Amino acid sequence: MPGGEPPVNPPLLETRNLEFEYPDGQAALGGISLRIERGEFIALIGQNGSGKTTLAKHFNGLLRPTRGQVLLNGEEVGERSVGDLARTIGYVFQNPDHQIFSATTREEIAFGPANLGLKESEVAQRTQQAMDDFDLTPYANLQPALLSFGLRRKVSVAAVYAMRTQVLILDEPSAGLDWRGAEELMRRVADLNRQGHTILLITHDMRLVAAHAARCLLLRAGSLLADGPTRQILGKAELLRQTDMQAPQITELGHRLASRGMSSTMLSVAEFCTAYGELKTGGEARHASRR
Amino acid sequence: MSNIIDIRGFGYAYPPLTPDQEPTWVLEDINLQVQAGEFVSILGPTGVGKTTLCLSLIGIIPQSTGGVIRGDVWVDGLNTKACSVPELAQRVGLIFQDPETQLFNLTVESELAFGLETRGLQPAEIEERISWALSLVGMSDLRSRSPFHLSGGQKQRVAIASVLAISPKILVLDEPTSSLDPVGKAEVFSVVRELRRKQGMTIVMVEQELEHIAEFSDRVVVLDQGRVKMEGPPQSVFGHVEQLKAVGVGAPQVCELADCLNKRHQTDFHFILLEQAHKALADHLDARG
Repeated sequence: MPGGEPPVNPPLLETRNLEFEYPDGQAALGGISLRIERGEFIALIGQNGSGKTTLAKHFNGLLRPTRGQVLLNGEEVGERSVGDLARTIGYVFQNPDHQIFSATTREEIAFGPANLGLKESEVAQRTQQAMDDFDLTPYANLQPALLSFGLRRKVSVAAVYAMRTQVLILDEPSAGLDWRGAEELMRRVADLNRQGHTILLITHDMRLVAAHAARCLLLRAGSLLADGPTRQILGKAELLRQTDMQAPQITELGHRLASRGMSSTMLSVAEFCTAYGELKTGGEARHASRR
Repeated sequence: MSNIIDIRGFGYAYPPLTPDQEPTWVLEDINLQVQAGEFVSILGPTGVGKTTLCLSLIGIIPQSTGGVIRGDVWVDGLNTKACSVPELAQRVGLIFQDPETQLFNLTVESELAFGLETRGLQPAEIEERISWALSLVGMSDLRSRSPFHLSGGQKQRVAIASVLAISPKILVLDEPTSSLDPVGKAEVFSVVRELRRKQGMTIVMVEQELEHIAEFSDRVVVLDQGRVKMEGPPQSVFGHVEQLKAVGVGAPQVCELADCLNKRHQTDFHFILLEQAHKALADHLDARG
């Protein structure tokens, strides 16, 4: 490494001046440098075409940098195969149909763990656990391709979840799910994060971002426009407007009431409710003391 | 007022996968009337039969699927059991979740022409209808483009235009924005609202986008366990946050907030839109003195 000793504790994932061009020469990523530490929960946000999926596919080797580097545990990914990287980096595709191919839901979910070379009993146990956690047991013996979109989405997540990879990348996992489906899915993902797994969530659902991600990476036109704590990024109304992103309703409402004393950026309904109560009683108390 | 859609005691079971199985009823007992020109949004958890209901409105169920049916579905005066899918397709246009499943031609223009040519219309009329339909969805400038090089929102607008060209009275949309980004979602909702406003079309839309539903619908219908569980204007349906969560569909964040404030701080808020919430809370805070 030029200009210094290799760090003692390298980040889990790192990109250095990562550039990517499509074969036709069109630039998709222009010099992205970032570090992801173990156990982080990161949201990758930005408009369609901003490079979110393109960036994420560099982490599991589906795409290779045109220039620059991708490092996993301090070592350059280089030519390591997708299959090899899949042991560490789980990837749930945006479209479940790009992933589903087995004759039954059980086989679909067992495929990943089996490929990790686990014992048969361990594969069976993880498969059952994943089906239980995602309420898929009733569909265990059905062909996943024939299930509804919401169920296919769950199967595609459960199949990667069962591999318990160190890193889990989810590309728009809540699209096509109902409210409860999205809530339950994110609860499972948050559980994994608490157990130490690193989560990279690509989503347009800012409600999920506010509720779960500690840090946000905001991409625009292939560049990293902002990188910081979620509350800080969602607090930058002007930045969000510039990138056509919309903060969750509750955050937006808080901002609109800033002139009336709602001072910090709100990330959840519960937070808002508490702050509002304090604001209201505080205001009344001040009013009363003036009298 | 006339009901352009009239669903009475409707139940449907898909044919069992193996002959020894009993049919399972997806829809148990649906009763729903929709007036001409109304914008009705349908909410319901995954697997509740929302797509089944959409397919029933265009006669694909039961005509192409078999299965067991009870009760009746009347669409523009026709009983779906007693007329053909092409006959119903003149009256009802159906839009699916993923526009790519609907688009297959090399240009936007030929995408629209396809449905018209198969109906044996004259070239002049085809041209007229294409121009009209594309202008309704704001896609006139892109008529020579390949549909596959468009954004998600534009693709869905082309899919909508190709159905509009047939000039149906009713547009049924089955989660038309679930594969789109926020810009695409907003494009589709605004196109649909304009169709209803300017063309007086009847809209039946299955969606999960709670904030858009609250803003655009005349009526919200919540399905649960094969039946209509809740029904009414968004203002009243979205007031029942606990019930909506129990069904599994949730409510817009500002409705959750109203619920939370009312419970914790004994307020009496009923807002369902961001603007309403802003005004109500600002007034409430200003009343501190």
